[in-house]
Amino acid sequence: MKTFMKLISMIALVLAFAHIGTAETLNGAGATFPYPVYSAWAYNYNDVTGVKLNYQSIGSGGGIRQITERTVDFGASDAPLKAEQLQKDKLFQFPAVIGGVVPVVNVEGIKEDQLKIDSDVLCKIYLGEIKYWDDNKIKSLNPKLSLPHNEITVVHRSDGSGTTAIFTTYLSGVCPAWKTKVGSGTSVSWPVGIGGKGNEGVANYTQRTTSSIGYVEFAYALQNKLAYVLLKNHAGNFVKPSFESFADAGASGDFSPKNDFYLWLTNAPGKNAWPIAGATFILLAKEKADSNKKVVKFYNWAFQNGDNKAKELVYVPLPKSLKEKIRSYWKANGLL
Amino acid sequence: MAIYRKNPFDLIFSSITALASFLVVIFTIGILYVLISESSLAISKFGVIRFLSSTDWDPVKESFGALTNIYGTVVTTFLSLAIAIPVAVGVAIFVTEISPNVLKGPIGIAIELLAAIPSIIYGMWGLFTLSPIMSDHIELFLKKITAGIPLVGMLFSGTPMGIDLLTASIILSIMIIPFTASISRDSFNLTPAVVKESAYALGATKWEVVKNVVMPYSKLGVFGGVVLSLGRALGETMAVAFVLGNNHKIARSLLDAAATITVTLANEFTEADKDIYLSSLFYLALVLFVMSFVTLAIAKLFLLKAERKYSR
Repeated sequence: MKTFMKLISMIALVLAFAHIGTAETLNGAGATFPYPVYSAWAYNYNDVTGVKLNYQSIGSGGGIRQITERTVDFGASDAPLKAEQLQKDKLFQFPAVIGGVVPVVNVEGIKEDQLKIDSDVLCKIYLGEIKYWDDNKIKSLNPKLSLPHNEITVVHRSDGSGTTAIFTTYLSGVCPAWKTKVGSGTSVSWPVGIGGKGNEGVANYTQRTTSSIGYVEFAYALQNKLAYVLLKNHAGNFVKPSFESFADAGASGDFSPKNDFYLWLTNAPGKNAWPIAGATFILLAKEKADSNKKVVKFYNWAFQNGDNKAKELVYVPLPKSLKEKIRSYWKANGLL
Repeated sequence: MAIYRKNPFDLIFSSITALASFLVVIFTIGILYVLISESSLAISKFGVIRFLSSTDWDPVKESFGALTNIYGTVVTTFLSLAIAIPVAVGVAIFVTEISPNVLKGPIGIAIELLAAIPSIIYGMWGLFTLSPIMSDHIELFLKKITAGIPLVGMLFSGTPMGIDLLTASIILSIMIIPFTASISRDSFNLTPAVVKESAYALGATKWEVVKNVVMPYSKLGVFGGVVLSLGRALGETMAVAFVLGNNHKIARSLLDAAATITVTLANEFTEADKDIYLSSLFYLALVLFVMSFVTLAIAKLFLLKAERKYSR
């Protein structure tokens, strides 16, 4: 009996300490795409400040629902919410990190950085209107390449995802036919192609299938050494996906605190901007002043100290000018 | 009751067991209730018949129908059963009647291990290993030998990608073989040795013994195993989520990508950002719930009927 009491008191002691330990915990939930960088930042932030950040990557839809129901301290979404919805649900919104979506190809004889395509070609391929790699439209953009007469296999995501939302928003923006026939969203009704589950699924199918084209997050294109394409941007230049071209997209994108940074970062006007990018967003409940300050403190710390970690994980840190805009947004709303 | 009053421990014991049993019923009803209430938005918008008969699945235009999902579920389930049952029964016959005693142990353990592999592992293996083999070899071969044959040729038309109904069904069949096989084996073992030996004494061959003695004795058990597998195949998610492509179309060829109810749920639940979208997914789940319930109920009825006939 004595040992039993000892055990009980020990457990009680441990629980008490654990409770002190978790006194400063921030709970967040949402998008899966930024999960690795948020958790890496959280890990370092915990080392520095002792504050624990618990982020559950349950998907953007779930993140929006959870913050709307006020069950978490912050929500995260790959898609920005419009000002009206933020007003209705009493939410703040700001971007946290940028990601890029990259079309990748597997065509005989084509290496990365070689194939040039523009929005019209990309759209027609995904609509199934351009069927062969040696189509005149592709040829005229690439007079020096010898393209095989092979049927194009289109690969897209089979699961709902922010990557698809960014990609289809881009296509809807640059291609009226896409907008009327398919539209944009986390999952759409694809006219052609096969579906891979997750970025890894699309990367796998593209790698395996000759004459295929797919789209993945930048990190997956790098890790799987997939041949990415040069894409014509809004300014008319052919750019390659890189930290610089994503950052240029972020800097030239018209983010405004007035509409809580609502912006799809597609077809950004910058000279070297990569046209298919997107920021991922943080949502805060307006009335939770206390926890909001803590969340903002974390992101402010991450903006100052987290850029290298983000790059290491192949995320694009927000450009300086945008960080300043966000800070003034925080200040204006009494969060910083 | 009289005994319980005398012994309080018995009373506690029996109430705990009763509570546990009632919990099962409460959970089932609770899940059904949640499915219905969450899908009420979609039910009121699409109705029952329109939802079940529509092949639409367009989150952008917010138009949803279950037919493509039901079709995929039914096709993969039956195809996988068609592959699995002969193999499983064959395994069971070999283990009980034909194999030397030395082999019985290892084969039995291997079957049970197969059942213990988590389904996500089947999924990963399917994507990275089976799917390339299917597209590069097996499906090309099937296409070649069936080309030109009227109906069969159509079943194997299209480009072999390895992400299709056939690959998914094969993975499913590998998953359900252990269930059918081990239950069949157990019921084969229940055949009285005396009867079997009498048959052999009359000069029956092994084939005749299996066909005329073992099978009639154990067909109920085999049927039970098949029903269990059917239930598993209907609800299996992760093993097929990677290799089915989640394509909301009625596939005519077995080499086409498709979607099952579970695959749709697994793929789209996390990013369903509109109320009607989420509600439609719950509606799909409700359809699956009813489908599984009805199938298992019919199977149970069959079993009961057969049992009654058998015991007479």
